[in-house]
Amino acid sequence: MEHHPVVRVAAKILIPPILLFALYVQFHGDFGPGGGFQAGVIFGAAIILYGLVFGLKATQSVIPPQVASILTAVGVLLYAGVGVWSVMLGGNFLDYNALDSHDPVHGQHVGILIIELGVGITVAAVMIVLFYGFAGYLRDHD
Amino acid sequence: MSAAANTVSLASHLPVLQVAVPLIAAPIAFILGSLGAGESARRTSAEVCWWFTFAVSVAILAISGNLAATVMDGTVLSYELGGWAAPWGIEYRIDSVAAVALLIVSGINLITLLYAKHAVVREVPERIRGLFYTAWLLCVTGMLGICATGDIFNVFVFLEISSLSSYILISSGRDRLGLLAAYRYLILGTIGATFFLIGVGLLYGLTGTLNMADIATRLPALAGNQTLIVAFGFLAIGIAVKMALFPLHAWMPEAYTHAPSPVSALLAGTATKVAVYLMIRTMYTVFGVELAFDAMMLGVILITLSTVAVFFGSLAAIFQHNAKKIMAWSSVAQIGYMGIGAGLATVTGLTAAMLHMYNHALMKAALFMALGCLFWRIGSMQIDKLAGMGKRMPWTFSAFVLGGLSLIGVPLTAGFVSKWYLILGVLEQGWWWLAVLIVISSLMAVIYIAKLVETMWFREPAVDAPTGEAPLWLLLPTWALVILNFVFGIYTALPVGVARSAATALMGGN
Amino acid sequence: MGGLFNYWFVIVLMMLGFYIVMVSPNLVKKIMGLNIFQTSAFLLYISVGKISGGTAPILTDTTMPYSNPLPHVLILTAIVVGVATTALGLALVVRIHSSFGSINEDELLDDEDTYRDFEDPLDPALEEPTDR
Repeated sequence: MEHHPVVRVAAKILIPPILLFALYVQFHGDFGPGGGFQAGVIFGAAIILYGLVFGLKATQSVIPPQVASILTAVGVLLYAGVGVWSVMLGGNFLDYNALDSHDPVHGQHVGILIIELGVGITVAAVMIVLFYGFAGYLRDHD
Repeated sequence: MSAAANTVSLASHLPVLQVAVPLIAAPIAFILGSLGAGESARRTSAEVCWWFTFAVSVAILAISGNLAATVMDGTVLSYELGGWAAPWGIEYRIDSVAAVALLIVSGINLITLLYAKHAVVREVPERIRGLFYTAWLLCVTGMLGICATGDIFNVFVFLEISSLSSYILISSGRDRLGLLAAYRYLILGTIGATFFLIGVGLLYGLTGTLNMADIATRLPALAGNQTLIVAFGFLAIGIAVKMALFPLHAWMPEAYTHAPSPVSALLAGTATKVAVYLMIRTMYTVFGVELAFDAMMLGVILITLSTVAVFFGSLAAIFQHNAKKIMAWSSVAQIGYMGIGAGLATVTGLTAAMLHMYNHALMKAALFMALGCLFWRIGSMQIDKLAGMGKRMPWTFSAFVLGGLSLIGVPLTAGFVSKWYLILGVLEQGWWWLAVLIVISSLMAVIYIAKLVETMWFREPAVDAPTGEAPLWLLLPTWALVILNFVFGIYTALPVGVARSAATALMGGN
Repeated sequence: MGGLFNYWFVIVLMMLGFYIVMVSPNLVKKIMGLNIFQTSAFLLYISVGKISGGTAPILTDTTMPYSNPLPHVLILTAIVVGVATTALGLALVVRIHSSFGSINEDELLDDEDTYRDFEDPLDPALEEPTDR
C-alpha cells in the first residue's frame, strides 16, 4: 500500500494522535473510563496501521520482533511484581494499600497505575506480536 | 524484619503463592527461552529454561505439600486477594479436597517434567522448547488455580489459561495430527468453557455474588427457580466437556494420542482430574447435595453416563491400533469410574472418586511415560511396530506391565484400592448389578492391556526393529511412578484416610 | 417478551454460532462461529448488569441509578480470553494448512484416514535420536 499517496498521508497524520490517545486512555484510567486493556489495543492498532501501510519490514525496524515478544512477558512481570512488592511490604498479594504505609489511597493510585501499565504493555505487545506472526508467516514460508 | 517473622508471613501467603509462583515463572521462562539466537545458544537457553521450570516445580510441590499438611486436620485456609474481604474480593480457599487436588497436580507435574527433559529431544522441535516450557508452566498455573480459588469466575479464567496452554502443548510435537487434535480440542474446549461462563453468568444474575461459599448460602432459597435449573445445566455440561465424560469425550483420545509423550502424561495425570475436582466442587460445595442430587437428579445422570463411558471407552480401547490411543480411550473409561463414585453422593462413593483421581493420575501417567520410552526408541506407536519390543526393552516393558496391572486393579496395586472402595460404595446402595458391571469392565481392561503385552512380548520383532533400552532419564521417572503405584497399593492408610476426610468434609461433615 | 428481547437475541446469536461451528467444514469459518457463540455469552452478561434508566458507572456529584460495572469487567476478561482463543485457533489453522495443504475438514478427514493405517504421521523434519 506504499504506493497509495492518500493512504500514506492519512496514516501519517492519524498515527501520532492514535498513539497519543492510547497514552491518554492509559494514564487517565484512574479517573475516567479507560485502562490498560483499551490503551494497549489502541496502541497496538496504531502500530498495525503503520504495518499495513508501510509494510512489515519498516514496522519491524521501529519495533523489532524480539523486543515485542519480550515486552509481552515484561508487562506480566510488572503486574505480578506489584503483587510480590505488596507481599514484601506486609500486605496481601496485590493489596495496593500496603504500597504506601502512610496514605493507603495514594498506595491504591500507585498500585493501579503500575498494574494498568503492565496490562497496557502486554496487550500492545501481544497485538503487535500477533500481527508480526500472521503477517510474517507468508513471507517466511513461500 | 527478623528471619522468623519473615517465614511466618510467607507461610500465610502460601495459598496465593501456590498459583502466583508458576504464574510469575511463566513469563521469566519465556524471556529465558527467547534469548538464544544461534543454534547452540538456543540449545543452552532451552536447557536453562528446563532447569528453571524444574526449580519452580520443586517449589510448588513444596508449597502444596505444606498446604496439605496444614489443612488435613480440617482447617480451611482462606486468603483475601488484594486485601478485599471475601464476598466482594477474590478469595483463595484451601480445604482438604483442594489440597489433595493441588498435591496431585504439582506431584505429577514434577515427575513428568523430569521425564520431559529428555523426551522433548525426540518429540519437540528445538526452536520452540522455550515456549514449550512457558506453556507447560501456564498449564500448571491454570490447573493449580482452579483448585485453589474460591471464586467461580476465577475458575473460568484459570480454566481457560490451562486449556489454551494445553492446546499449545498438544500441537507442539512433531506429529502433525497433533495440530488437528489441538484444533478440535480448541473448538470443543472453548464451547465447554463458554457454557461454564454462561452458567456462571446466570448464577451471578440470580445471587449477585461470585464467591462459591457465598453462592452456596444463597442457593437453597432459590430451589425450583427456572433460571437456576438452566444455570445448573450449563455448568454441568461445560465441566463435563472438560472432564471428557462420555458423550462429550470426543476430543480426548485424539489429543492424548498425538501430543508429545510428556504432555500426554501430564494431561492424562492432571487435566481431567482437575475437571473432576471442579465437578465435585461445583456440585457438592456450590449447589449442595440436596439441590444437585435430589432436585436436579445429577446422580442418575452422572451414574448412567459414567457407566456407559466405562463400557464404551473400554470397548473402543480394545479395537485401537495405536498404543497411545488405547491408553487414551482407557482414560475415557477411567473417568467413568470417577463419575460413578461422584454420582453416588455418599462418603464411600466420594472417597472412591477422590482415590481414583489420585490413583489414576499415578497409573495413567506411568503408562503414558512407558509408552513414551518405547516411542523414543521406535518412533512410532502403531501396534505392529511394537511387536517383540518387550524383549529388547525389558525395563520399559516391565514398567508398562506393572502400570497395566494397576490399571486393571490387581490386588497390591493402587488401582485395586480405588476400585475396592468404588464397589463398596455401590454395594452400600444395594446396586449389586452396578458392582458386577464394574468387575466386567475391569476384565475388559485386561483384554486391552493383554493385547499390548502379547504384541510386545510374544511376537517376534521385525528384522529392522531398533534395539537397546530407553535412556536412564526416561526410565527413572517412569519407574518412580510405577513404584508409587505399589507403595499406595500396599500402604493404603494414607491415601484412604486423606480421601475419606476430604469426602466427609464435602458431604457436610457427617 | 417485550422486556426480555435481549435474551432472545442472545439465544439467537448463540444458536447461529453453534450452527456455524457444527456445519461449516471450513476451519476458519468454524472459528468465526465460535466467536459469535462467545459473543452471545458476553451479551448475556451485559444484559444481566444493565439497570433500566441507569447511567454509566462513573462517580459524579449527583447520585443516580447506574448499571452494574462488575459484569463489564468480567466480560472484559472473557473478551481477552476470546481474542487469545481466536488467535491460537487461527495460528493452528495456518499450521494445519501448511502441513496438510487444506483447511477444509472434509478433505482433512480423508487425509487423516488414509495415512493412519500406513506410516506414522511424523513430520519429515524429524531429528535423529541422540543418546545422551
